[in-house]
Amino acid sequence: MKLDHLSSPALRKAPSGITGFDEITGGGLPRGRTTLLLGGPGSGKTIFALQYLINGARVYGEPGIFVAFEETSQRILANAASFDWKLDQLRKKKLLFIDAQPSYDLVQTGDFDLCGMLAGLGLQAAQMKARRIVFDALDILLALLPDLSARRREIYRLHEWLVSRGLTSIVTLKARADEANSITQQPYGFMQFMVDCSVILNHSLIAGVSQRDMRVQKYRGSSFDENESPFVIGDAGFDVAIVRTLGRDDAKVTNERVTSGIKRLDTMLGGGYYRAACVLITGFPGTAKTTLSGAFAQAACGRGERTLFVSFDSDGTEVIRNLASVGIRLGRYLKSGVLRMVSARTIVGSAETSLVRIKAIAAEHKARCLVIDPVSALANSGSQLAAHGVGQRLIDWSKADRITLVCTSLLNEIAGKSETDSTLHISTLADTWIHLSYVVQAGERNRGMSIIKSRGTAHSNQVRELILSNSGVTLADIFTAGGEVLMGTMRWQKESAERVEDEVAEVAGRLKLVTLDAEQAELEVRLKAVQTELVAKQVEKTLLARTTASRKAVILHGSERMRELRGGDAPKHK
Amino acid sequence: MAVSACVSCAAATPLNINEPRMTRRSTFKFRLYVADDTMNSAQATANLQALCKTHLPGRHEIEIVDVFKDPQRAILEGIRMTPTLLRLAPLPIRRIVGTLVDTQRVLETLGLVTNVL
Repeated sequence: MKLDHLSSPALRKAPSGITGFDEITGGGLPRGRTTLLLGGPGSGKTIFALQYLINGARVYGEPGIFVAFEETSQRILANAASFDWKLDQLRKKKLLFIDAQPSYDLVQTGDFDLCGMLAGLGLQAAQMKARRIVFDALDILLALLPDLSARRREIYRLHEWLVSRGLTSIVTLKARADEANSITQQPYGFMQFMVDCSVILNHSLIAGVSQRDMRVQKYRGSSFDENESPFVIGDAGFDVAIVRTLGRDDAKVTNERVTSGIKRLDTMLGGGYYRAACVLITGFPGTAKTTLSGAFAQAACGRGERTLFVSFDSDGTEVIRNLASVGIRLGRYLKSGVLRMVSARTIVGSAETSLVRIKAIAAEHKARCLVIDPVSALANSGSQLAAHGVGQRLIDWSKADRITLVCTSLLNEIAGKSETDSTLHISTLADTWIHLSYVVQAGERNRGMSIIKSRGTAHSNQVRELILSNSGVTLADIFTAGGEVLMGTMRWQKESAERVEDEVAEVAGRLKLVTLDAEQAELEVRLKAVQTELVAKQVEKTLLARTTASRKAVILHGSERMRELRGGDAPKHK
Repeated sequence: MAVSACVSCAAATPLNINEPRMTRRSTFKFRLYVADDTMNSAQATANLQALCKTHLPGRHEIEIVDVFKDPQRAILEGIRMTPTLLRLAPLPIRRIVGTLVDTQRVLETLGLVTNVL
């Protein structure tokens, strides 16, 4: 072909606008080239091709032509009306349907070619400036051609025509899934070599559940996700499930905390769950998993955050009634529209279908918080491998959309007491993992709660007792005695014993104080008496001294007087 | 290519359900859609002309439309495959696709032979 075409560095792509498909192919279909879409009956070829055209016309401003060889355009339009594509809003200028079904009473003698169609299409494509074209069920027309060489010739003619017009095209062909992989047995196997991109759609039953898969078989000049990707045909058409592909930015992380709805649990977690985190609550049946997730939902609604509660086990109204018995009242939020309850028992189909439905409802409700109770129900139908992928994509999606996800997971009591959820492997991906268990002790079953992991937060290592009462959910400290954890009435007994001990000690203390007071008073009295005595003694001592002095003076004076009286000696005068 | 005179034809005439009794004198009007001078188209043209010469001498009109030169007509007539032969008269319209290589089948379809035993 032309040199400038060969030297163009990168293949340009025409986005299909189909969720997931553009990620798998790194941008869409090869622009200006042909893509072969292979699949068995009911594998979704027509829907995929139609959606590609509709998105092209509506989103990317590229008008398209749909050439229908099998179904009439009226029937295709009627079938498409079941999707929310609003096909009738697309103007005829943007999307043209051409009926090219060979009439059943067609008389044919000898060879023919597709020039008539291509001539007409060429004019119409030029008139409406079409950029995209679909040939749906080309095999119907090819089957009329007398021999293989004629078929090959017409396919090459068609291919050349498409390339020369620069139309990005999809050609769909019927093929059974197993045939699509062994190209040599294919009636039109050579087409797979001719086209630039080849996509295989597969519809199979796994354990009685429908499972759809898509695989890009080849894509010239581009890298692509080579694995089989499950997909679902929902209300919006195709939804191809993708595991996080390379080059995608990690979801933005935040330090914002949201409450778990239980104050003491928040403390244990260092402030609550992280916003947009995935919280897993595991436990055997009846360990209050739903209650714990209900508390979270109530708190979220209380903050005015739109919340979606998906229940696989019971009806939404049942959940509300049951939670009301433990003081979690969700009815008012349901009325105000902040909360939406979905009973997922109404969703039938594979795990993939459930995920797509949940995603659609969450988007519709603009949910910021999501509860799935229990997420393990996803793994109940269909392939286990697919369910695993679903768990992973569920978390990827909630993180990307910044939805705080709380999911419960039922542990199989019969399978063993291991604290793992082997079916979905969410435990490894979850940010916070809370485990609920029963502790059977002294004829009682009590609920224990522990945090197995909580990424990025310091968390308590303690097992707590979870107490449900009609006023709400609380956590109690548990007692450990001689290496045994005490819960329930044993904990209560221990608590009351301690209370009695406390009282006794307090009384004894008071008694002692009184005694001491008395002793002190007594001593003080005695001290007073002694002090008085001391004063008396001092007085006595002073008096004694004075008496002694005066007596001495009297004696001295008396002897002098006697001498005077005797007259013997002259009186001594000073 | 040697082509007979192009005659405007009554394509818009409503299709008559009850096939009228063909008279031996009625004129056959054909329109052949061809694609350029591709092999198939050339064969069909030659086969049609030979057939007319043998079975309808002096009472046939052939119009040849090249879909590449006049794609609008191909669209209007719903021509997907070339060559396509239309018998416009006598009514009803008959349509044959291909190189017209099977003369017996073409004659039967065009009503030029009564069913042979």
